[in-house]
Amino acid sequence: MAEATTKTSIATQMPPKAQKRHRPAELNALVGLVGIALVFEILGWIFQGQSFLVNTQRLSIMVLQVSVIGIIAVGVTQVIITGGIDLSSGSVVGATAMIAMSFAQVSTYPRAVFIEQGWVDLPVIVPIIVGLACGLLAGLINGLLIAYTKIPPFIATLGMMVTARGIAKWYTKGQPVSFPTEDFAAIGQGMMPVVIFLVIAVLFYLILKYTVYGKHTYAIGSNQDAARMSGINVERHLVLVYSIAGVLAGLAGMVVAARGLTAQSGMGLMYELDAIAMAVIGGVSLSGGRGSIIGTAIGMLIFGVIISGFTFLRLDAYYQEMIKGAIIVTAVVVDVWRQKRRALEA
Amino acid sequence: MASNKIILKTEGLTKHYGGVHALEDANFELRDGEHIAVVGDNGAGKSTFVRQITGVEQRTRGKVWFDGEEVNFNGPIEAREAGIETVFQNLALADDLDVPSNLFLGREKILVNLGPFSILDRRGMLEATEAGLKRTAVKIPNLSSTIRHMSGGQRQCVAIARSATFASKLIIMDEPTAALGVQETAQVENIIRSLKAQGVPLILVSHNLRQVFDLVDRIVVFRRGRIAANLNASEVDGNDVVAYITGVKGAEDESMAVA
Repeated sequence: MAEATTKTSIATQMPPKAQKRHRPAELNALVGLVGIALVFEILGWIFQGQSFLVNTQRLSIMVLQVSVIGIIAVGVTQVIITGGIDLSSGSVVGATAMIAMSFAQVSTYPRAVFIEQGWVDLPVIVPIIVGLACGLLAGLINGLLIAYTKIPPFIATLGMMVTARGIAKWYTKGQPVSFPTEDFAAIGQGMMPVVIFLVIAVLFYLILKYTVYGKHTYAIGSNQDAARMSGINVERHLVLVYSIAGVLAGLAGMVVAARGLTAQSGMGLMYELDAIAMAVIGGVSLSGGRGSIIGTAIGMLIFGVIISGFTFLRLDAYYQEMIKGAIIVTAVVVDVWRQKRRALEA
Repeated sequence: MASNKIILKTEGLTKHYGGVHALEDANFELRDGEHIAVVGDNGAGKSTFVRQITGVEQRTRGKVWFDGEEVNFNGPIEAREAGIETVFQNLALADDLDVPSNLFLGREKILVNLGPFSILDRRGMLEATEAGLKRTAVKIPNLSSTIRHMSGGQRQCVAIARSATFASKLIIMDEPTAALGVQETAQVENIIRSLKAQGVPLILVSHNLRQVFDLVDRIVVFRRGRIAANLNASEVDGNDVVAYITGVKGAEDESMAVA
């Protein structure tokens, strides 16, 4: 860098200090992750007389616990990169879980939702398509509202959050939907949720980095007017981004239902906030334009370590929530700081 | 050097914002390879004139010909597709993207076409960026750093390089050096000279008369929404231009026209 600077004849280069600021937010999050894990490791030896990290079972449960919300967070990350927000994902999980499960029930269960219609023992592809379609529809409506009516994403998705939860409750008048086919249940068994998360995360990591879609997503979050002037169809792109977020929330809904072998209308409560928090902790800027799936994955692991660590230390679950809240606020404060520094720079 | 081919021509170009006559009956001609400066006081109609040509706004009346055809751009993107590149006063750059991404924003090079998920030709864009910057003599130390980390001058250079890389037919710059320091201004002026050498026609909106005399062939003076004068830069001096800008000269024509 230093040689490159001296090579140019015109002295318009950034001050040397600016170089330091290139450290990506993902790296900070990684340092945070390692730090928190080490704290639990030390506390583990002091209070429990055993290692926190060297325990395969604990680590796999830890990843399993957060991977469903991680699937949502992959979609939410993209929404936040465009400068938006999606508050509806938790409710979409609930609605999708109910609706998809109702198409996945076995014929031996007499109170199956569609037993009179004979829609039982259906091939697993049917509930999957129904579930993904539900998520898509919710995301599509979010996207259309945001792109074409110009209402703030906060309001549009808040509306969807309330509506989707309402649909989840109305669908069976509050009754849970249970007894899925073996094939459907398999979606959530064992380490499947982790596998699904990994596939989704890698896929969208590559898409954000190597495709036109990714480039335009960052461009819109960075400077929407510039994106528009450059010929990007901003409206169409936003609809696409919110639709993807909806589909991923729908997918998460099916995984949750399959894992629990039952769907309840309250499923996914507050998942949207956890997903947003994972992204923000991982360095995705709430003002748009910056962040990555890797960061979100690190944010997800930070969540996992905290939940798992508290359980490990036999601390009350209430403390988890308090600490989680504090971490979210800290992450946002750091983001705001970074922005202020950038504003001063410019 | 300037051939006879007319690149841009307007006839009776007029823009009213409600009762405000921002641009009135502008007749303008630009020939291939020619560099023209558009000067005038604040509110004289310079930027309005540019916005009508580039389709940012829709004109009230009048006709525009570009590259031999009558045109009616519905937006800046159509104008760009036709071959008019504009460097706007407020830079249209995405701060969080690097230089190649900004240069190719909205017209990315593609390796595999998969609709919105088409795979980017990152190397191709980087190479084309290097070539484009070399051609316009723009020096940027690190192409992969984001625009946010660059100085005002470097940003402006990127914006201009973007126009220069793509425009084969016409570049319009609206006050490209207004916010720049002395050395940065010099760098931008060098880019403009290199465009001249390559025969790319240019419309330069500027307040800086020293710059205008240094760089262009012809000076078009706007005053109160009208073209007050169309001067050959080599035949006039700063005093003449100022006289037209302030209305000391050319005013008699105005009063005659009114009478």
